[in-house]
Amino acid sequence: MAITFEVNGKSKTVEVDPGTPLLWVLRDTLNMTGTKYGCGIAQCGVCTVLINGAAQRSCSVPVSLVAGKPVTTIEGLSTGNTHPVQQAWIAEQVPQCGYCQSGQIMTTVAFLKQNPKPTAAEVDAAMSHNICRCGTAQRIRKAVLRAAAAMQAALPQGGAR
Amino acid sequence: MTNVADRAVFSRRGLLKSAVGAGAVLLIGFDVSRTAKGAASAPVSPFRSWLRIDQNGAVTLLSGRSEMGQGISSALPMVLADELGIDWKDVLVEQAPNDAALFGEQGTGGSGSVAGSWLGLRQAAAAARTMLVAAAAQRWSVAPESCTVKNGAVTHGSSRFTFSELVESAAKLPLPDFNKVTLKKPAEFQIIGKVVSRKDIPSKTDGTAIFGIDVRPPGMLYAMVERCPVFGGKVKSFDAGAAKSMPGVQDVFEIDAVPSVHSWGGVAVVAESTWIAMQARKKLRIDWDLGPHANESSESLRAEFRRVVDSRLKTIINQGDTDAALAAASENKRVEADYELPFQAHATMEPMNCTVLVDGDRAEVWVPAQGPEWVLGTVAEVTGLKPAAIKINTTLLGGGFGRRYHADFAAEAGQIAKKVPGKPVQLIWSREDDMTHDFYRPASYHRLSGAVDEKGNILAWRHRSTSTPIAEWWSPKAAPESSELGCTTQMPYLATNYKLEYLPSKSGVPRAWWRSVEASSIGFVMEGYVDELAHAAGIDPLTFRISKLDSRLVKDPTNKKAVPLDTARLKGVLQLAAEKSGWNAKLPHGHGRGIAAHYSFNSYVANVVEVSVVGNQLKVHRVVSAVDIGTPVSPDGIRAQVESAIIYGLTAALKSQITIKDGRAVQSNFDRFSTLAMNETPLIEVHIVPSTLPPTGIGEPGLPPTAPALTNAIFAATGKRIRRLPVVPTDLV
Repeated sequence: MAITFEVNGKSKTVEVDPGTPLLWVLRDTLNMTGTKYGCGIAQCGVCTVLINGAAQRSCSVPVSLVAGKPVTTIEGLSTGNTHPVQQAWIAEQVPQCGYCQSGQIMTTVAFLKQNPKPTAAEVDAAMSHNICRCGTAQRIRKAVLRAAAAMQAALPQGGAR
Repeated sequence: MTNVADRAVFSRRGLLKSAVGAGAVLLIGFDVSRTAKGAASAPVSPFRSWLRIDQNGAVTLLSGRSEMGQGISSALPMVLADELGIDWKDVLVEQAPNDAALFGEQGTGGSGSVAGSWLGLRQAAAAARTMLVAAAAQRWSVAPESCTVKNGAVTHGSSRFTFSELVESAAKLPLPDFNKVTLKKPAEFQIIGKVVSRKDIPSKTDGTAIFGIDVRPPGMLYAMVERCPVFGGKVKSFDAGAAKSMPGVQDVFEIDAVPSVHSWGGVAVVAESTWIAMQARKKLRIDWDLGPHANESSESLRAEFRRVVDSRLKTIINQGDTDAALAAASENKRVEADYELPFQAHATMEPMNCTVLVDGDRAEVWVPAQGPEWVLGTVAEVTGLKPAAIKINTTLLGGGFGRRYHADFAAEAGQIAKKVPGKPVQLIWSREDDMTHDFYRPASYHRLSGAVDEKGNILAWRHRSTSTPIAEWWSPKAAPESSELGCTTQMPYLATNYKLEYLPSKSGVPRAWWRSVEASSIGFVMEGYVDELAHAAGIDPLTFRISKLDSRLVKDPTNKKAVPLDTARLKGVLQLAAEKSGWNAKLPHGHGRGIAAHYSFNSYVANVVEVSVVGNQLKVHRVVSAVDIGTPVSPDGIRAQVESAIIYGLTAALKSQITIKDGRAVQSNFDRFSTLAMNETPLIEVHIVPSTLPPTGIGEPGLPPTAPALTNAIFAATGKRIRRLPVVPTDLV
């Protein structure tokens, strides 16, 4: 069955079983491997992408549910690592093995859209459902706050909103 | 990969006399010590890595070390760049092809990459620098000593030659004796010891980093394997009809067990996508021979542990007369304690995978491996191809922690690819496969008995233990205890009488090297128990430890090759961690501070943990770590590794374990194998002892003192002594 949706601004049509999770369509059908497989049961967050701007676990979203919707993956976040969240990740030297970081970054992007001026406790709560076995949590915490500050500073009128 | 792997141009002693390809190059090999475990022992080149300077001046490190997050693809170039005299950013790193004849045995583990490469890498770089300087000095007709090297150029007064201008003539000079080249003095280091931005990070923030699971050679198929859920079980018979008839399924067949790598065998499904393979696998009907371990459980193993620890054990060390000293000690100064640790899974975020193409008499492998050479030997074994006909591409690793030292996934992938010739096949393990067919950190049981006198001297310390030993699986000819005792064979604390006893216990559960290996268990036991002795003596736990660590070198009576433990360095990290944590500062009610120090991988780490306990609710507030690992090559990399090891250790102490029921692992995914979440993650500070000694490892040594510092802190807060991990809420009240 043909399903059409938008990935990083480009229309894609795939011929797959409609029950196939979006994760495997991205990875195996579209060869977009920046989105990772970690658990398959929406527990670890490494497969997080944005669907209509909201963070979703792509391992547990059948592709039929994204028909006609815009999907953003790590590959579509910016060109040249220029998104403030990516910049903060590099500045804080967050990744170790790096396998979970696409999901961490996409979760952060969605979170900061909802809560542009989070407290440290709000960051902790928002990021507590993404697993990193390398233990980068402390650096992720700093990077999220750094990205929030950078995004506020970049707003017109000095970040008031 | 460049054409450097043209073996004809390599001379055995490392200097390339002729050109590789189009450009003249200077190519120098150097030896680094081996850390490989269990790898094949074919003849190997003495050179494991190569430094190459191309005609355009580009400097490349060909490294056989795998990048699994530990930052080795940045730390090694720092050492090279500093000694050679170029900007660190100008060093390119290439993953060396897996060719034992050219690059020697490869393997990444044992916290050994920087420590093992330190001297050889510097000697190679210094030799290259010496040759470049000699070439420049000849052209200027000046003394080499009057030249300086900086930023990829040799200068003399106002004259200057870049490396690219010198490389052709330098390559014609004789290779200096590595033992006579002048190495930089620590005071001259420009890059070593500085904070740098890791080279691999940008690719890990934009999705372009390629892990093993991400390779996509053209025409690739996907495979999964259904294995017997019971450890040691095998296929009796199976019906593949329903699976085979699914659209997108290419083939279904049985694969064999491969005992050399403890691979289980099973039924493989090959399909057009991972998802189809996963769905088809569910339709397999398999009748299993459950094998001899189907009745094993955590309870039965615990009973076995307690039976063994009560039996007559093998005496490993007996200094003084410990049994008599214990018998003579007064009841109120004796401390009896049983410690227990469970199996632990590695749970790398990237599940095991391996991609293989068998094409005629050749094969190509893409694999995230700590031991690519073992993968090579295993693929050769299962395909019948010659190792020289197999090309191994080591990708980035989505976590290693010891799990990726193995080659069981390669045994499966090689067999599958052989049945689908001409097509690359990516074998992916599901998370459930990964967690239920790991090689686990051994479970263990420890019975400690000891006594202190009125002045706080340790009169006796007896450590009796049993475990499911690693050696039994991977070095069956070695004594089972050889993999299990860690620092108990180098007791740092002064004790009048010390006795160490051990016997293995029977279990069918697979086991192997987990982050920090046996130190993860031994550190918990020793540092928990010394805290108990301090308490029995009525002495502050820091003061008590310090008083037992004068200035001694403690040798390992069971292993002549072990580096002696320097008690002064252990004392040093304890004092630094105590100072930075404000050890003597008052804490709010309900808070407690615990300390622990441990020697592992020739490194010294002390951690201070601060917790609060309200009812059965525990919060870990802060961890202050002090490390002495000799010369700190990459300080931010060191901090990252210690933060990582502490969080890995806290997860094992507070959240995760593998329990056994009906001969199988109970936990199969992150719903039941939980990990420390960000809102449970303490603030972590890492302090590095300045040193000019040769560097030692840091991937693992931060872990062993984490759990005991935590439980010692819980004791300080609540008076509850925890001797069994992981901590559960009922331990706290």
